[in-house]
Order: sequence, then structure tokens, then C-alpha cells
Amino acid sequence: MITLLVKRSLQFVFTLWAVATLIFFMLRVLPGDPIEFKYLSEGGSVAAEQLQAQKARFGYDRPVHEQYIRWVGGLTRMDLGISVWSENPITEEIRSRFGITFQLAVVALFIGLLLAIPLGVASALTRGTWLDQLIRVSTVSGQSIPSFWMAMLVILALLSTTGWIPSIQEARFTEQPMEYLAQLFFPALVVGWRLSAVNARLLRSSLLDVLGQDYVRTAHAKGVPGSRVIWRHALGNALLPTVTVVGIEFAGLLGGLVVTEQVFNINGIGRLLIQAISYNDLALIQGLVMLFSLIFVTVNFAVDIVYALLDPRVRVH
Amino acid sequence: MSHSALPVATTHRTAWLRRFSRFCRKQPLGAVALLLLALMLAAAVFGPQLAPHDPLATRFDAVLQSPGAQHWMGTDSYGRDVFSRIVYGTRSALLLGISTALMGACIGGGIGATSAYFGGRVDAAIQRINDILLSIPLIVAALVVVAVLGRREMAGVDVNLMAAITLPYIPVMARVMRSAAMPIRQLPYIEAARALGFSHWRIITRHMLPNLISPWLVMVSAFTAQTILLEASLSFLGVGVHEPTPAWGLMLSSVSVDVFTNAPWVILFPGLAISVTVFSFSLLGDALRDALDPRNHL
Repeated sequence: MITLLVKRSLQFVFTLWAVATLIFFMLRVLPGDPIEFKYLSEGGSVAAEQLQAQKARFGYDRPVHEQYIRWVGGLTRMDLGISVWSENPITEEIRSRFGITFQLAVVALFIGLLLAIPLGVASALTRGTWLDQLIRVSTVSGQSIPSFWMAMLVILALLSTTGWIPSIQEARFTEQPMEYLAQLFFPALVVGWRLSAVNARLLRSSLLDVLGQDYVRTAHAKGVPGSRVIWRHALGNALLPTVTVVGIEFAGLLGGLVVTEQVFNINGIGRLLIQAISYNDLALIQGLVMLFSLIFVTVNFAVDIVYALLDPRVRVH
Repeated sequence: MSHSALPVATTHRTAWLRRFSRFCRKQPLGAVALLLLALMLAAAVFGPQLAPHDPLATRFDAVLQSPGAQHWMGTDSYGRDVFSRIVYGTRSALLLGISTALMGACIGGGIGATSAYFGGRVDAAIQRINDILLSIPLIVAALVVVAVLGRREMAGVDVNLMAAITLPYIPVMARVMRSAAMPIRQLPYIEAARALGFSHWRIITRHMLPNLISPWLVMVSAFTAQTILLEASLSFLGVGVHEPTPAWGLMLSSVSVDVFTNAPWVILFPGLAISVTVFSFSLLGDALRDALDPRNHL
């Protein structure tokens, strides 16, 4: 277990360093300089000395290798540099918007699993029947509907039935818990729905595998009621592969948030990324890609450890 | 003897037809998907003949008209015919979707098979690089590549957009194809090819890749679905296909809440077009997986 922990931690650090390097050098290929973009894009004319001064202020006048060392050095101190566009430290920009995205992700994950378990179990138990086919078609369509369109349809439906759409960051959980959940529910549903489609199909196949195993037959043979066999004996083991996939799917979930935030006008980190790209703000793009990758790597690290704790066979290898 | 009397071409064709009708019988959903895709392909090819209006023609005296005899799916806020734009949009969706999926699948498939064939350190190194690339969400990676490359049109196609969609798929495909190639590398015929002294290149391209064609086909179909979705998302975010080219994601982009609550057809039909296309490719991929899985033939 200790070896696994050490090995995975080293891999964790290495992956983050590699992503940092990759994204840094990729963005240096970008034609156009964020400073020039900011000051010259609106047709304004700024004196060359002033541009130079601004470049020096943000460190864009240094040679590339110095910028790289500064970037990686900053990362170790949780310092992502300063956004050229807003002139605020990037960690500040992220901190003020991370909360809402994080809450959305958690609620979406919850909704995704809550929908996936009954759908997956139902289709495994009715394998080959019309219900199984129906669930299959609906899960495939769940993966086929683009989340931004789904979000628009949800807004359309809400407005035409209730005349209300969720406006984010009005209610706080501690003060108005119901309103708080109501405003998070719809954007999270849009993202969670996709996740549930993937997981329901996976759960179906892993439950079918588990149901064919000897210990399930033994449970049936000794007279355990059928529903108890499924919920207490089979489901726990069938959920293991789903846990791994939740780790991998988490990247998709974050990607879904980027688009969904745009439609629901949520000022989260997904929206910040779109803004950073449209402003050509290198340091901000870099910082956000690092953040996305950090979240992804951390979730998968946690999944691996949880997996090892749940499944004794992994610990041995 | 009567067998050999048949011309070879005929037996081939009947065998192919028999397999096709068997596929349609065993996989009714797959057959439906094939039919839908054939219709879409027809729409892409015969777009100019099918579309009743010019997809680019703006008419400010006919803005946001509801669906009717004149405009089957209504008009958008520039007075452009939604149906004609959807028909023309089929071209860019299918062209981008299929070409990026094919490119990603070829490069990724080659890398995956190579990784599995050599094993050991080569495999470990390729897999570590894959881990790193896979830790960036697909759409984030595509957004950054678009930002880095900018736009470059060649023959009316934004090649940089193609690259932005293809590049993030390569590691995904490499991962899948590696796991499909792992069991094959230990089979006796690969060993035999090695014993005969064939080069690595020849063994990978002539002996391994042809045997990976089934998982590859399944992945190409599933990936086409994903790339159409990704292209639509990028266009929706304003960094994909650019105006005035008719593209489905773009038709949904910058439609304000006011507009689509009063004129829902502006968003309903393009979204439906994306969903049905993606749905058909996913369903086809699913059906192919079941049909090509040797375990299902026992």
C-alpha cells in the first residue's frame, strides 16, 4: 500500500510538471502577444516605450527559458502569475470563480450517479427485453444531445412553464437551502445527465458479469430473496468499474461545464477559460489548463487509492 | 462442383449481401442508424438541389418567421431559411466529423498498435505520454489548439479546426487500440512472422493492423459521433466554423434567450440535426461492436 502511494504520488507530480511544460511551450507558439493584443486590438495607438514597459511589467520581455523557469517556479508556490487582461493575480481570479463550478460539478456527479444506478440495474435485469432496448436508446441519446442545446431546451421549458430561470449566486446554502439547490439543479442536471448515460451502460455490463458468478448463484441457492441478492451481494462489486470510469469521465464533466456555464450565464472557471482565450491572455489560459488538469489528476489519484482500499487484489500488485 | 462454377464476383457479392441482411436482422437499431446516415449523406451531396433557398441570403423583411409553407423550419434573426442552412450544414458536419475521426483513428491506431507490439519500455513511455495528454479535458485541449493555431482556410475548409479536433483524439484512440492489440501480439502468427525475420514495420502494418479492423471500425463510428459533437460545441463557443458558413453549432451560437423563447424553431431544428446525426453514429458504433464481436457468434 505504501509503495503504491509513493509510486502514484511521484506519477502525480510528474504528470503535472509535464502538462505545465507542454502548455507553456504550446502557447509560446501563439502568434501575437497578449500585451499588444490588449493595447492595440481596438485600433488604439500606444507608444512603443509604453508597450515595452507593460511587457516588462508582466515579464513578457524576458527570454523564453527565463519565462519558463518563472512559470514552473511559481507553480510550486501556487503562484500562477498575473492576468494581463484584468491585471489581477490569476489565483485570485480562479478563487473567486472556482466555488460555483465546484458546487455544480459535485451536484452534477451526484445526479449522474443517482440516475445511472436504477437505469443500469433495470436494463441488466431485463436484458434483451423492450425495456432494456428503451434504456439503451435513451442512454445513447443522452450521450448524443449536445449539452449546450439541452441547456437551451431546459431554459425554454422553464420559461414557458414557470416564467423563471435559475439565476446563479443569489441564494446561499446556509440562508436559503431550497433556493440554493433549485438554482444549481438545472445546470447540474444538464451535465449530470450525460454522465449518467455513460455510467448506466457500464453498470449494465458489469452487473451482467457479476450476476453470472458463483457467489451470486450460491446466494440464490441458499434462499436469499432476489432483490437482496442484487442490492446487497451483486451491486457492490458491479459498482467497482463504475468508480474508475467516474474518474476518467470527470474530464468530460469539466468539459461539459465549460459549455453549460456559457448558456446559463454562470461566472465559473469554464466561462473564464473562454474569456481568457478570446483575450489572448496567455498566463490565464496556462493557469486554467493547469487547474483543469490538476483537478483531473487529483480525482484519478483519489480513485486509485479508494480502489485499492476497496479491492484487496489491487493492493497486492 | 457447382460451387466452383459460380463466378467469383457473384459469390462475393451474395456473401456480402447475406452479411448485410444478417446485420440488419440482428441489429435493427444499427439498420435504422444506417438508413438515417444514408439520408444525411444524400442531403450533404445533393444540398443545392434539396435546399429551397440560398442558405446565405439575408432578408430583413422576413426575420424570425415561423415555420410554414414558405420556410419549412422558419427563418432566423437575419431572415435566412433555417431548413436550407441545416441541409448545407450537413456538409461541414459530415466532412469534419468523418475526416477528423479517420485521421485520429489512423494515427492513434498506429501508435496504439506500435505500443502494444514492442511492449516493455516503449509501451511504458508511450502510455505515460498518453496519461499526460489525457489529463486535459477534450474540449479544453481543442480550445487551446484552436487558440494557438488560429484560422487557416484551404479549399473552404478550416484545416486548423480539423487539427484542433483531431489532435486531442489521438491519445484516446491510442489507448483503445493498444488494449485491443495486446492480446494479438502474443498470438502464434505474430511469433511466426517474427521468426521469418520480417521487419517490425511489416509485422505491424501487414499482420497486426488488419486484425484490428473490427475494433477500429467501431471506434471510427463512435469517434465520428464525438467529433461532430465537439465541432458543434466549438462553433457554439465561437471558435469553430465561422460565419457565414452554415454549421449547426454556429446556428445555436449567440441566440439570446429572448430570441429563442419567442422563436424556438431557431434552436430546435439545428439542435435536433446535431443530436440525430450523433445518435446515428453512436448507434451504428454500438451495433457494429455487437455484430463484430466474435463472442456473439458462438
